[in-house]
Amino acid sequence: MFGLDQKDTKFLWIVVALTLLTPFILNPFPAESAMAQFNAGYPALMQRFAIYGILAIGFNLLFGLTGYLSFGHAAFLGIGSYAAVWMFKLVSMNVIPAILLAMVLSGLFALVIGYISLRRSGIYFSILTLAFAQMSYNLAYSVFTPITNGETGLQLSLSDPRILDAENTSGSLPVPNLWINMNASWDLHLGPWTFTLNAGYYLCAVIAIIAFYLSMRIFRSPFGLMLRAIKSNQTRMAYTGLNTKPYTLAVFVISGMYAGLAGGLLAAMDPLAGAERMQWTASGEVVLMTILGGAGTLMGPVLGAGFIKYCENIFSKINEGILHDWFSFLPDPIENVVVWIGARFVGDGWQLTLGVLFMLIVIFLPGGLVEGGKRIAKRWSKKTDTTTTPAE
Amino acid sequence: MDAIILQILNGLDKGSAYALIALGLTLIFGTLGVVNFAHGALFMIGAFCSVFMQRLLNVSHQIVDETQKDFLGNPLKVDVPYVKEWFGDAFGSALIDWSVPIAIILVIPVMLLVGWIMERGLIKHFYKRPHADQILVTFGLAIVLQEVVRYFYGANPIPTPAPSMFQGSIDFGVLLGFDPNAVVYPYWRLVYFLFSAAIIGLVFAFLQFTTFGMVVRAGMADRETVGILGIDIDKRFTLMFGLAAAVAGMAGAMYTPILSPNYHMGMDFLVLSFVVVVVGGMGSLPGAVLSGFLLGILQSFASMNEVKSIIPGIDQVIIYLVAIIILLTRPRGLMGRKGVMEE
Repeated sequence: MFGLDQKDTKFLWIVVALTLLTPFILNPFPAESAMAQFNAGYPALMQRFAIYGILAIGFNLLFGLTGYLSFGHAAFLGIGSYAAVWMFKLVSMNVIPAILLAMVLSGLFALVIGYISLRRSGIYFSILTLAFAQMSYNLAYSVFTPITNGETGLQLSLSDPRILDAENTSGSLPVPNLWINMNASWDLHLGPWTFTLNAGYYLCAVIAIIAFYLSMRIFRSPFGLMLRAIKSNQTRMAYTGLNTKPYTLAVFVISGMYAGLAGGLLAAMDPLAGAERMQWTASGEVVLMTILGGAGTLMGPVLGAGFIKYCENIFSKINEGILHDWFSFLPDPIENVVVWIGARFVGDGWQLTLGVLFMLIVIFLPGGLVEGGKRIAKRWSKKTDTTTTPAE
Repeated sequence: MDAIILQILNGLDKGSAYALIALGLTLIFGTLGVVNFAHGALFMIGAFCSVFMQRLLNVSHQIVDETQKDFLGNPLKVDVPYVKEWFGDAFGSALIDWSVPIAIILVIPVMLLVGWIMERGLIKHFYKRPHADQILVTFGLAIVLQEVVRYFYGANPIPTPAPSMFQGSIDFGVLLGFDPNAVVYPYWRLVYFLFSAAIIGLVFAFLQFTTFGMVVRAGMADRETVGILGIDIDKRFTLMFGLAAAVAGMAGAMYTPILSPNYHMGMDFLVLSFVVVVVGGMGSLPGAVLSGFLLGILQSFASMNEVKSIIPGIDQVIIYLVAIIILLTRPRGLMGRKGVMEE
């Protein structure tokens, strides 16, 4: 179905089901229970899962398939956000024109940046993209303040024209909508559980599914095969008389548009845009998500994005008091030591956890979570197989 | 004319910092073939060695001073640093005053050790891995180092003044025959420039005139052959990593009076230093130094008001712009060797 073989169709359906049921899956604990703080099923976080999932899928198309490590992807995210907010300010609070402009604009930027950067490969490509991203970041803070509103960030205001919308007489800032407001939520009470179904999340989820489907098609297409060939041996491709540039440029632009789409959605969920989204540490985060999940795999980047955003949220919430509660079964001196060490990694220390995680993954599990899962599955099947197949 | 000289001078101190970091990066890349994204963090650690030294010399205890009274007439309690007690008032306060230069004594062993641990503990396992992996793991390490420093010293910049002797400015223009007050330049920046020039000179002399340096240069050119000749080149390369770390650390320690250190200063410098290395040519030591100074000076010219009024925002992007142009027109960088990371 949809131009996929049977196995992929099944895979796609699983992804669709998981995405649509996310509000239920991520809320395994009853709302009043002590474990409720580990629930991730609230709209703001779920939206971020979907949006950063899209970003990581797009990044993975470039890095996973061609091996070109871009360190400037956050720039497209930022450009997308700015474009979307401007559409909200000038044209309409409907999200569709905003997202379209975000994609088109970031695609154009990707075309220019990619055209120049892709003349080099390897570390030079990384540095060129980094240079472009830093340039956009610095300019957004300085010369382009009329467009970007500098450090304050670009926000909606009551005096915005919004030529397509009816005049806003409510006296409060309008909310992005797609006929229904993006922050409209519906609480579903089932026994002790509460599930929040949010319009914004479902918009992001549907777009994320489409994005995932497209990336699947690209992975399975001759175009995707060509990109993988470029990754494994670019020189040989050149010797066989093939110009690799159009292929890499095409995937760079696609990847940039994915990032722009993610930026546009971020703005649609919360209509403000700041330059810090373009900083190179933000680019590093995208790289981490992809690596953590598993670069070059379909599902990996999404898992990585979800994992990081979940940890970021949960780890930042935990504080020393909660840790004391957890480890209260230990003898006091040990408890204090454990809590002291633990406290360095939670709350403010989330960045430290991120750094350590980054290192551990790159050192021990270069293939990311997906590879880890495969290894475990392999070991598992080996254990069960030993009875049937003789040792080699 | 005096404006031009002033801008050149202004560019020198930033250029010196870029040159020193880029020199270390190039040493590591040239010897070990590793792209070290944690080098900025080493610069930052060096800077915080200065802060540590300043705090250490200021460790004090309270004594009751009978000669002074507070407003209630009680004897006043005053903090007296231990160094003042041990070495006498004059020498003690001089020590505190000179804490930044004194920190160099601390920085060198600390950074050699940090570099050695980093190389043996982590980088060693990444020689055979792709550059992307090296970038990622050192990027992670940089975040970790940064957060550790933030835990100990907080997120705010910590002012570390230069010795009072160097706190004024020198009227440099008078020496060159311009009007007084036309070219005014802070003493410490001059000191920093001379210091870094000396360090760069020492590193080059070490590589050029000692047997050890000769072996290292030979190893950079052809690692395999040097190994076949029965020399344990890895051991020497580890030491070069330590040396590169020490250079970055000293650059950071001495830079503190110019820029109060905060925990993410390393990242800010790292990106620029990488650009510097690439412009100079991967693996070329003179190229790194040259392009460090060149880009520093270019940046200070770009921040002149006259230039900014023609092309607004140029001061923010000039370095990146130059890097892009150089990378596209001269694939090897300014002074890159043939065949090293050319594609």
